[in-house]
Amino acid sequence: MAEGTPAAQSGTNYNDRVVRQFALMTIVWGVVGMTVGLLLAAQLIWPALNFDTPWLTYSRLRPLHTNAVIFAFGGSALFATSYYIVQRTCHVRLVSDRLAAFTFWGWQLVIVLAAVTLPLGITTSKEYAELEWPIDILIAIVWVAYAFVFIGTLAIRRVRHIYVANWFFAAFIITVAVLHIVNSAEIPVTLTKSYPVYAGTVDAMVEWWYGHNAVGFFLTAGFLGMMYYFVPKQAGRPVYSYRLSVVHFWSLISIYMWAGPHHLHYTTLPDWAQSLGMVFSLMLLAPSWGGMINGIMTLSGAWHKLRTDPILKFLIVSLSFYGMSTFEGPMMSIKTVNALSHYTDWTIGHVHSGALGWVAMVTIGCLYALIPRLYGRTSMWSTRLIDWHFWTTTIGIVLYIAAMWIAGVMQGLMWRSTNPDGTLTYTFVEALQATHPFYIVRLCGGALVLAGMFLMIYNVRRTLQERGAPIDQPVLAPA
Amino acid sequence: MSPALSAFIIVLTSLNIAGAVWLMLSMRKRSDQEPAAGMQTTEHVWDGDLAEYNNPLPRWWLWLFFISVAFAIAYLFLYPGLGNYAGRLGWSSTRQHEEQQHASEAQAEKLLAHFAGKSVVELRNDPAALIVGRNLFANNCALCHGSDGHGNPGFPNLSDQDWLYGGSPVQVEASIAGGRAGVMIPWQAALGSDGVENVLAYVLSLSGRSVPAGDVAAGKQLFAANCVACHGEDGKGNQAIGAPNLTDHIWLYGGSVDAVRTSIANGRQGQMPAQLERLGPQRVKLLAAYVLSLGAGGSDGAAH
Repeated sequence: MAEGTPAAQSGTNYNDRVVRQFALMTIVWGVVGMTVGLLLAAQLIWPALNFDTPWLTYSRLRPLHTNAVIFAFGGSALFATSYYIVQRTCHVRLVSDRLAAFTFWGWQLVIVLAAVTLPLGITTSKEYAELEWPIDILIAIVWVAYAFVFIGTLAIRRVRHIYVANWFFAAFIITVAVLHIVNSAEIPVTLTKSYPVYAGTVDAMVEWWYGHNAVGFFLTAGFLGMMYYFVPKQAGRPVYSYRLSVVHFWSLISIYMWAGPHHLHYTTLPDWAQSLGMVFSLMLLAPSWGGMINGIMTLSGAWHKLRTDPILKFLIVSLSFYGMSTFEGPMMSIKTVNALSHYTDWTIGHVHSGALGWVAMVTIGCLYALIPRLYGRTSMWSTRLIDWHFWTTTIGIVLYIAAMWIAGVMQGLMWRSTNPDGTLTYTFVEALQATHPFYIVRLCGGALVLAGMFLMIYNVRRTLQERGAPIDQPVLAPA
Repeated sequence: MSPALSAFIIVLTSLNIAGAVWLMLSMRKRSDQEPAAGMQTTEHVWDGDLAEYNNPLPRWWLWLFFISVAFAIAYLFLYPGLGNYAGRLGWSSTRQHEEQQHASEAQAEKLLAHFAGKSVVELRNDPAALIVGRNLFANNCALCHGSDGHGNPGFPNLSDQDWLYGGSPVQVEASIAGGRAGVMIPWQAALGSDGVENVLAYVLSLSGRSVPAGDVAAGKQLFAANCVACHGEDGKGNQAIGAPNLTDHIWLYGGSVDAVRTSIANGRQGQMPAQLERLGPQRVKLLAAYVLSLGAGGSDGAAH
C-alpha cells in the first residue's frame, strides 16, 4: 500500500501497553509453572511432599504444571511477541486497543480459574485440555478476540508483503481455535462437570489430534514466529532464505496435522491410523528442520556476536534444542522405538527438551531483547546476569533430559525383560527403585532452571526501576 | 470401513504427500525473473531493517525430505495404512501380539515340563522350581503381599508361621487355586459403642494388652455370646473358615487400638482372588511351593 493511505488506527504510536502486560506476566507464570514442576519432581522422590492434602497431590498438580507452563507462560509469551511483531512488521497500531486489553484480562482470568479448579480436582481428565466447560467457553471467546486483533491488524497493514513471522502466528492462532473447539466439544452435566461428545477410541484419537497439534501449532509454529523476528533483529542480519521459509511453512503445517496417532501406537486405534501417524511424523523431520536451518544460517556471519551477546546464545541454543527434539520426535514415532519408549520417562525427557530447551529458551532470549525496548532502554540492567541465566538454564536442561533419557531407556528395557518361564524379570517397583537416582538428577536440573528464572526477575526489576516513564514508540513509516 | 471412507483416506494421504513433494520440487530451482544468486535480498524491508535473502534450499535438506517420503511410500506399500489396503506383508498389531505371546508360552511350557507331575512338597525342595515360583510370585502376588511376601494391612504375611486357612501344602495350594473370601461381620449396630469398647478390651487382653476404656469382663461375656462361633472359645480362631487367631498378636488389618476397634465395629472384607483359571494347575503348585518356602525360616535361599 502506498504511503498516505488512511490507516484505521487510534493513534500514531504502537500499542505497547498490552505487550508490556503480557511480557511481565510471562515471567510471573513461568516462575509459578516451573515451581509447581519442581514440587512434582520432588514428590516423585519424596511422596510425602503432598502432605496428605488432596489439593497438593501429584495427580492434581501435574495438569496445573502443564497448563501453567504451556498456556500461561508460553501463551503469554506468544501474545506479547505476536502483538509486538505484528505492529512492527505491518507498520500500524493494533486494530483494536479494547479487544487487545480484553484478550489480556480474559487470558489472565482463564489462568487464574485453571489454578483454582485443577487443585480442587475439577477436570475433564483430557490431557492438556483438563479445564472444564465454562473455562473452555471463555478460552474460545478470548481466542476469537485474539484472532480478530491479530488478523485485523494484518488486514490494515501498510506494507504489501506479510512478514514470515506473521504467517506462523496466523497459522498458530487459527489452528489452535479449531483444535480447541473440536476437542472441547462436551456435554455439561453440572457447572463443574461435563462429558466429551466422543467415546472410547474416537475420543482418544480426537484428544491426540488436538494434543499433538497443540505441540505443532502452539509450541512450534507460534514460537517459530517469535524466532523469525528476534533472530534476524538480534543478529542484525537478513533472514537466510525466503524460499526456505515458504517451503517449510506449508510442508510443516500440512504434515503436522497427521502426526497425532503416534501417541496411540499399540492401542485399540486401528493399525492404518497408527501407520499414517508414524509415516507422517517421519516426513515431518525435514519441514521441522527448515525452521532451524533458517534460524541458524541467519546467525551465520554473526558468530562473533555470541561472545558478547548472551541473548543470541539463548536463541542459538534454543534452535539447537529445537532441532534435536524435532529429530527425536520422529524417531520415537517409529513403532519399534515407541514400543520401548512409550509410557517411560524418555517421553518426559523429550517433552522437556522441547518445552525447556526450545520454548523456554527462545522465550527468555526474546524477552531479554524485548523488555528493554518496551521500556525505552537499549539493554537490560545487567548483561552478566543474562549470561548467568543462560548457563544455569543450559546446564539444568542438559541434566534434566540426560537423566530422563537414561531412566526412560532403562525403564523400557526393565519392563519388557522376561524370564524363560514367561514371567516378567522385574516387578514395577524394582524399575521404580532403579529410577530413583535419576529423579534426583532431574530435580537438580529443574532447580537450576528455576533458579535462572529468579535471576531474570531480579534483572527485570532493576531494568524497570531505572527507566523513566515507558516510552510509547511512534509507528514507523514503511520503507 | 466403508469403501468410500477408505478411498477418501487414500486420496487425502496421497494428495498431501504429492503436494509436499511438488512444493519442494517447484521451489528447488530459481526462476529467471528472480534476483541472481548470492547474498541479494528480496528487497522487502520491514520494521526499518528486517530483510530476507532468497538462498536456495539446502541440497542435503531436500534429500532428507525425499528419503523420508520414499520411506513413507515403501512403508505404506508393505504395512496397513492406506484405508482398507492391508499391506503386502499382511502385518497387524494383533497378529504381532499373538505371535509374541505364543512364542513366550511355548518357551515357558518347555521349561514347566520339567516340573510336571511333581507334588508341592517335591517342588518345595527343588531349587529350580523355587526360582520359577519366585518369578510367578513377583508377577502375580507381590502387588498385595509385597515382593518379600511380608504382606500389607489386609493382605496376610506369608513368611510367618501364622496361617489363616492352614499352612499344609494342600491347604496353601487350595488358597491359591480357589481363592478365599474372608468376612468379619460389623458389630457396631448389635453391640453399640460401649459393647464394641468392651469386646475390644477383651480381645486385646487375649494377647496380653490392655486399653484404658472398656470392661474386660463385660467384653468376655459379649465375646462368648457373639464371637466364639468363628473365633473359638479361647479366641484361637478357626482355619476351616479363615477366622483369625486373636491371641498371637498378629493382626491382619493392623494391631493398633483404632484398627482393631474398626475391625469389630465396621467388620472387614478380605478377598484372595482365585488363580487356577488364570495360571493353570502347574503354576499354582509352583506358587504354593514358593509360598511354603517363605515361612521356612532361613532355608529359603532359593527365593533370591
